[in-house]
Amino acid sequence: MFFRRTDIALDQDAHARFLPVLIAFMVYLAILAVAGIMLLQHSMDRWNRGISGTMTVQIMSASKSDAGGTDRAINDALGVLMATPGVLNAVALSEDGTLDLLRPWLGDLAGQADLPIPRLIDVVVDPEAGVDTQALAARLAVAVPGSSLDDHRVWLDRLVRLLRTIEIIAMGVVAVIGLVTVGTVVFTTRTGLALHSEAIQVLHLIGAQDTYIARQFAGRALWLGLKGGLVGLVFCVPTLWAIGYFAKAMQIDAISQASLGAVQLTAIASLPLVVALIAMFTARTTVLKTLARMP
Amino acid sequence: MSLLLNPKTYGPNFLMSEFNTNNIVRFENVGLRYGFGPEVLQDIYFELAAGSFHFLTGASGAGKSSLMKLMYLAMRPSRGTVSLFGRDIATTPRSELPALRRRVGVVFQEFRLLNHLSAFDNVALPLRVAGVRESELKGQVEELLAWVDLKNHMKARPPTLSGGQQQRVAIARAVIARPRLLLADEPTGNVDDRMAYRLVHLFEELNRLGTTVVIATHNQQLVDRLGHPEIRLSGGQLRLLERSDKTRQSKIKPGGRPIAPFDPEVLDYL
Ligand SMILES: Nc1ncnc2c1ncn2[C@@H]1O[C@H](COP(=O)(O)OP(=O)(O)O)[C@@H](O)[C@H]1O
Ligand SMILES: [Mg+2]
Repeated sequence: MFFRRTDIALDQDAHARFLPVLIAFMVYLAILAVAGIMLLQHSMDRWNRGISGTMTVQIMSASKSDAGGTDRAINDALGVLMATPGVLNAVALSEDGTLDLLRPWLGDLAGQADLPIPRLIDVVVDPEAGVDTQALAARLAVAVPGSSLDDHRVWLDRLVRLLRTIEIIAMGVVAVIGLVTVGTVVFTTRTGLALHSEAIQVLHLIGAQDTYIARQFAGRALWLGLKGGLVGLVFCVPTLWAIGYFAKAMQIDAISQASLGAVQLTAIASLPLVVALIAMFTARTTVLKTLARMP
Repeated sequence: MSLLLNPKTYGPNFLMSEFNTNNIVRFENVGLRYGFGPEVLQDIYFELAAGSFHFLTGASGAGKSSLMKLMYLAMRPSRGTVSLFGRDIATTPRSELPALRRRVGVVFQEFRLLNHLSAFDNVALPLRVAGVRESELKGQVEELLAWVDLKNHMKARPPTLSGGQQQRVAIARAVIARPRLLLADEPTGNVDDRMAYRLVHLFEELNRLGTTVVIATHNQQLVDRLGHPEIRLSGGQLRLLERSDKTRQSKIKPGGRPIAPFDPEVLDYL
């Protein structure tokens, strides 16, 4: 019924021609923002899961005079760790392994023997076991003075807070997109009402219900919204692909490895329809409000 | 005259006692002004009985179109009460007005055809608005367009038609849904005499089928020849002219009462 011939010549309105273009742009931005939100949530989940199963113990290397002191400290620490329920595995990184990790920051300097290089122990814990990290850190400190336990919480919390902020901003962007769309449809519809006031007046006097007139505007808005929305969706595909491609090239695993599930893809694909429906109801409401003022 | 038409003359019970739902149109003490201008219509009081046929006359600017607008609910009066089909418009919910409007066919003075629609679609409009199915309306619209001599112009858009042709489309649109009240504002202004009579004959035909008809015109020849009662507007006031040589009985009841019992001389004056 929406694509039936209309009594009002809405299809000839030049002013409405920019509406699909704007909606295409809005849908394009909205999809990028929504995809971004979904990727962030996905990444946060993954990091959360990955990180809550690992800890790192750092042990200061002993002074030069105490050869073997470092290895003893490592063994003591490993003893404490393995005796703790919930710890699945603990492996000390070799000195070379630790140096390899530092090389990107220190370069060849990392090889200079005089630098006191701390040694690291990779600990894998059962995330379900609820290991008391504070108690464990205290016991380690007693057994191996100068050791420290890092469960990555501080780092993760900060990252999560940052991502949440980004997420809120993205949601704000989506909200603004919605408002701009509604505002534009209201403006376009009002212009259409003014432009076609004569035809509307005649329909009104002939006995058309307000809903009969509103339906023509609503159908038009739905059609323009769908048209624009689909164009926006089509343009999103290469953009998202390009982002994924460059993320891979730049080795940003969080993006390149994150994939959107069927639910997310469906949500994104239905955005044009959602926006078109918003346009439709906005147009309908605008027309009904205006017509209510007619005698 | 104002004595006759002014309801105040008859006391407070008069309006209630005389109220007759057989009246298609009823104006009580109606006044109309545009903006802050003077009253274009003053103290209008009349009733149109079902099945009546009237000419509405008056000089240009006398207020014929304004009176019509009040009847086809394009405007509300500045004061007084307008009733249509027994319903007081002021107290009728807005959602019920479209149903009333559908029972009124209007030939607008300026036609007001929709220029982007074909003659066929223009005429079909009242039926579509009323929800008639396409399969049903097609035959009716074609038949009526043929009747007004536009069989070969059904697909034409109004701007490509002559003034007279446009007027016939407008008339076809007004009568297609068999309205109970037909209001035609100068419907014969752009057609030759032969067509004018033919169109009025169409209105008479509708009238015979029960439609109440009001035709605003300044074609006095037409009025005189057809012998329907004449309502004349001048100075913002309304008078009924019912000359003795007219054979048809007027069903208008100015003041809501038969005129004769009051003052036979007034009749002659009118
Ligand atoms: N929309 C309007 N705004 C202001 N004045 C109007 C309007 N329409 C009509 N009038 C005035 O009302 C008076 C009656 O006009 P109208 O009803 O068109 O008379 P008629 O149809 O008898 O020629 C005229 O003086 C005209 O100027
Ligand atoms: Mg006029």
